[in-house]
Amino acid sequence: MSDVAIRVEGLGKRYHIRHETGPRYRSLREDLTASVRKLLRHGGAGPTEDKVIGNEEDFWALREVSFEVNQGEVLGIIGRNGAGKSTLLKILSRITEPTEGRVRIRGRAASLLEVGTGFHPELTGRENIYLNGVILGMTRAHVRRRFDEIVEFADVKRFLDTPVKHFSSGMYVRLAFAVAAHLDPEILVVDEVLAVGDAEFQRKCLGKMHDVGKSGRTVLFVSHNMAAVKSLTTRSLVLDGGRVSFVGPTGPAIEFYLHEALRLGADTRAERFGRGLHTSICSVRLLDGAGGTAHIYKPGEHLRLEVTFETDGQSGLSMEALMLDASRSNLALASLYQFHGQTLPTVAGTYVCILDFAPVWLAAGQYSFDVTTSEINANWDHYVQTAVEFTVPFSNPEDRAWNFMQSYGYGALALLCREPTVMTPVADVRSNRENKQLDP
Amino acid sequence: MHELLIEAGRSERRYWRDLWRYRELLYILAWRDISVRYKQTVMGVAWALIQPLAQMIVMVIVFGKVAKLPSEGGAPYALMVFAAMLPWQFFATSLSSASSSLVANANLVAKVYFPRMVIPIAAVVTSFVDFLVAFLILAALMLWYGHPPTWRLATLPLFVALAFLAAIGPGLLITALNVKYRDFRYVVPFLVQFGLYVSPVGFSSTVIHDAFGETAYLLYAANPMVGVIDGFRWAILGGDIGLHTGVVAISILLSVGLLALGIWYFRRVERTFADVI
Repeated sequence: MSDVAIRVEGLGKRYHIRHETGPRYRSLREDLTASVRKLLRHGGAGPTEDKVIGNEEDFWALREVSFEVNQGEVLGIIGRNGAGKSTLLKILSRITEPTEGRVRIRGRAASLLEVGTGFHPELTGRENIYLNGVILGMTRAHVRRRFDEIVEFADVKRFLDTPVKHFSSGMYVRLAFAVAAHLDPEILVVDEVLAVGDAEFQRKCLGKMHDVGKSGRTVLFVSHNMAAVKSLTTRSLVLDGGRVSFVGPTGPAIEFYLHEALRLGADTRAERFGRGLHTSICSVRLLDGAGGTAHIYKPGEHLRLEVTFETDGQSGLSMEALMLDASRSNLALASLYQFHGQTLPTVAGTYVCILDFAPVWLAAGQYSFDVTTSEINANWDHYVQTAVEFTVPFSNPEDRAWNFMQSYGYGALALLCREPTVMTPVADVRSNRENKQLDP
Repeated sequence: MHELLIEAGRSERRYWRDLWRYRELLYILAWRDISVRYKQTVMGVAWALIQPLAQMIVMVIVFGKVAKLPSEGGAPYALMVFAAMLPWQFFATSLSSASSSLVANANLVAKVYFPRMVIPIAAVVTSFVDFLVAFLILAALMLWYGHPPTWRLATLPLFVALAFLAAIGPGLLITALNVKYRDFRYVVPFLVQFGLYVSPVGFSSTVIHDAFGETAYLLYAANPMVGVIDGFRWAILGGDIGLHTGVVAISILLSVGLLALGIWYFRRVERTFADVI
């Protein structure tokens, strides 16, 4: 009981939404004319229905949300867009008030909903460090004490007295994160901050976050970056439609979230199966570990495609599978005959086979397989485009915190070295080589 | 251990303590606005000087030379106008910068917690710095006209405080209205323009007193700036200028009343700022 840092009980937040596409704020003119109209109507026809707000509707962004976070725990919050993550963070950060329920926070809390809040382009790096620090809740004395560390972390020493409008976007973000990273609160609430910046920077931030988590501070971490959530948190909470749909260890939570997300997104795929001259591919599915249909693939596991097909018994047929990335570029080829010397059965009938591929370290992103039968060295027989689609939700070989994503443009495959990579001083190599030359 | 409870309507109780805790934010926001302004404008400090000076010259010509209105207590007309221009300019810039301050700082409001009142108050403090700069002109003018201040100048801080009081109340009110009704921003410049001529800036308030009588003069003081301006003239110009205590009292009462109203309304609307802005 005493080591609970954050206790949330029956939290709810209601918004009034207008169905018009107009601005969220009111205009004085509107309100005045409305009240004049009301007055006139009141004087004339007596009590009439006041339908000025008839096009408004209540919307619960959060409802009956309850959970606890222990002292020193790092809790992940995941959920689709609009699931209520931001609203929850805004309430926890006291930016907006809840409509119902309560939150009890024990310890000094700071929240980081954005990197560089309040940065002013005209001010210098030095000035912005103070400005941003105070905005985030530090005292000037505190900023002064940590100033050198901040500058060092951001690596912008030479530009301290340059207005930040002249900073590169990388420097800007580094400086902003450096200030936030030195907040030293007991409880830290972080939202999607790591979605900015390049891969290099994200790694640095994640490293820093790791330190924060390890130093015994309580952290609430919201992110779409499943690799980061997985690496930083032990327990996670899944929000769906403003309610808590899952709380528990991060692994199962992510699993639950992805399953839900894909269940909702899966039904849109169109079936385009026809038939070829000799064969026909009836169905293709990606298998999960238990033999069920999967829509996601976790790099490092076996990638298994189940193909059901019909054949008229013609000899000299093969089967190929082509893997494509999100931009539909060819990534890889599998071929029964060319790689394995195997052909399709020569007895007519319907068959099912499992193409069991060795683990592939794919980058996070969307992939698909075109599956086809072929007359060996002649032509495709029944070519099914996008026979199966799947997602790699995150890719962090060896459980490193960095999410390797297809969209970074560094490719779709992680090339892994055998660990550890041995670094030999060059002098030794040379002497070895010399030794070898002397040897014979 | 620091403990915080968040629930609907709860923020009330800690508000003033928080406002005190966030005084550094107030300071740094004011500092930001000042340093940004002086960095951006080529003329820098000059801008704070030119504006009131130019207005003063126009007023002296229109009211002093063309309309031939009398000056107060034998002080040079320019000096009399400028003594009023100081608090008026402060009041006017406070209102207009406070009114747009929250919308201008929308990113802060949406991303960080702090008592929102910090922002319009910081805007008023920023205007106060311009006010201090404009004092230099007053000093120069007094030297130029050989019009030394009297012991009354020592009471000026009281009237400066009153000017502050008079500016913050309406400032908060207008700020809150401006968030709720975005078209309110069209009203503010009008109020400021109108107020310049309604307030006794270009002329002495004794003109009103003499032309319409005592009762009208007291009614005229319903504009809280009348008391402030009269006080400034009394303290700065010295001589045989009288100070109507009734008018000053009305001004104080009204300023306090407007401040209470401003705080009440601001607090009422404040909770929804982050959702609306």
